[in-house]
Amino acid sequence: MNFEVSRFNRHGVWAIYRFEIARAARTLVQSLLTPVLTTSLYFIVFGAAIGSRMQSTSGVQYGAFIVPGLIMLTLFTESMSNASFGIYFPKFTGTIYELLSAPISPAEIILGYVGAAASKSIILGLIILATASLFTPLTILHPLIMLAFLVLTAATFSLFGFILGIWATGWEQLSFVPMLILTPLTFLGGAFYPINILPPIWRSFSLFNPIVYLISGFRWSFYGIADVSVATSATVMLGAFALCVGTVSWIFRTGYRLKN
Amino acid sequence: MSIISISNLNKSYASGLAALLDINLEIEQGEIFALLGPNGAGKTTLINIICGIVTPTSGRVLAAGHDVTRDYRHARAKIGLVPQELTTDSFETVWATTTFSRGLFGRPPNPAHIDKVLRDLSLWDKRHDKIRTLSGGMKRRVLIAKALAHEPQILFLDEPTAGVDVELRRDMWAMVRELRKSGVTIILTTHYIEEAEEMADRIGVINHGSLILVEDKARLMKKLGKKQVSLHLAEPLATLPEALRPWALELKAQGKELTLTCDAERPTATYDLLRRLNELSIVYTEINTHQSSLEDIFVGLVSTRS
Repeated sequence: MNFEVSRFNRHGVWAIYRFEIARAARTLVQSLLTPVLTTSLYFIVFGAAIGSRMQSTSGVQYGAFIVPGLIMLTLFTESMSNASFGIYFPKFTGTIYELLSAPISPAEIILGYVGAAASKSIILGLIILATASLFTPLTILHPLIMLAFLVLTAATFSLFGFILGIWATGWEQLSFVPMLILTPLTFLGGAFYPINILPPIWRSFSLFNPIVYLISGFRWSFYGIADVSVATSATVMLGAFALCVGTVSWIFRTGYRLKN
Repeated sequence: MSIISISNLNKSYASGLAALLDINLEIEQGEIFALLGPNGAGKTTLINIICGIVTPTSGRVLAAGHDVTRDYRHARAKIGLVPQELTTDSFETVWATTTFSRGLFGRPPNPAHIDKVLRDLSLWDKRHDKIRTLSGGMKRRVLIAKALAHEPQILFLDEPTAGVDVELRRDMWAMVRELRKSGVTIILTTHYIEEAEEMADRIGVINHGSLILVEDKARLMKKLGKKQVSLHLAEPLATLPEALRPWALELKAQGKELTLTCDAERPTATYDLLRRLNELSIVYTEINTHQSSLEDIFVGLVSTRS
């Protein structure tokens, strides 16, 4: 029964990762088909039906213009809901005792849960990208930067979801942030329009919305057009990521809502 | 050699409740240690601190020589925990959840070991079943399988047979004995005193957060256990005759019953008394003996100290 205890519990990380991926596989319709169907409806309504009557933006057709924003919208909501549910459910059922009593570090727990949530939403984002290409011709000028933004956004919002899942004490709180904060911010964050078409005062207000920077940077990787400089977008993304990492570290250091 | 060493352990919650007060305890390798105490005494808090689920306020706990806070990786790898509540992943299969536990505790996959654990716990036929379809007793077995999946040296069983039928309880006792034979140290909390009496090598009694007694079970039974002999008399006695004063006797049931409380220091007391009664021509029609159980001892201890 004696065995080496390694400094990195890779078996533990893999167990959590596999468990979370298997959970998505069990609910494939909810995890995959629902977001793809919802986004396809956006393309049909805004891209094909209304978009054909809209002017092109900086030479990009409206149907193509909204694609990065819609991918981001899915990425935000799916990353958050996957990660928040992943950690909230063991808290709710009580099975979290096993996680807390296992020889696994906070960083490894995060790697497992957040890694799985981010992987799922990245796959979903790519599927939506492929679906979008069926509705509208797409160009991706900077594919590597597009992928980097995709991964960083998925990781950041998965971390945010993880924090939300630990903070939440009920199902209502779990859906409060995505429905009442994130979705409005995304809709007002330039997913469907360039913010420079807004009156100056609303444009200034929009710049307080962090989502603007994320969507703008991601859209730049597709078409080379942006509401704000790509460097600013990257800085906001990295800042948000660092903030989430710092918050999660604090949670595990203090045991906030995890341990008595 | 102590496999668990607890020194000056205290736990106070933010509400001000002092759940544990200066606990000092050594648990020897390979023993079965039963922790008894009424509800809210601090049994689960103590276990949860050792396992890493609750943070201690002060004090130190070593598991297999490793500090459970500072060197938690090594300490926790040695420990398996079966919690009190039936907390399971309802939508997982028995096999998947047991395999998950092994991985979580840092062990490489070993289907042969999982196979053995499930067979030993009579879960093999249910290995592909979802946990939500199992009975309460079966779910309890799944929790034990999960705790054993990573081959721990120390196993905590927090109320392992709560809500379990008699047959399953006896199966579990047999399993615990088998585990002990393989060198696993077992610490159990229980409400069933007969469980502790049946299985434990040593008993610890905890009440109001304090460990009020730790004793070898046999010694505890001998020290605190009472053996009484009751004689049903043919004719009632008005008072206890002077000639019977040397014995610890009590006259009950309107003088119809004479009860002797035996003293381990005087093993022939019963024989001597019966001989004396014959000499005094006091006739008895029936003899009954009663040995106090661990339950009697426990109730006596907790009630005198609370």
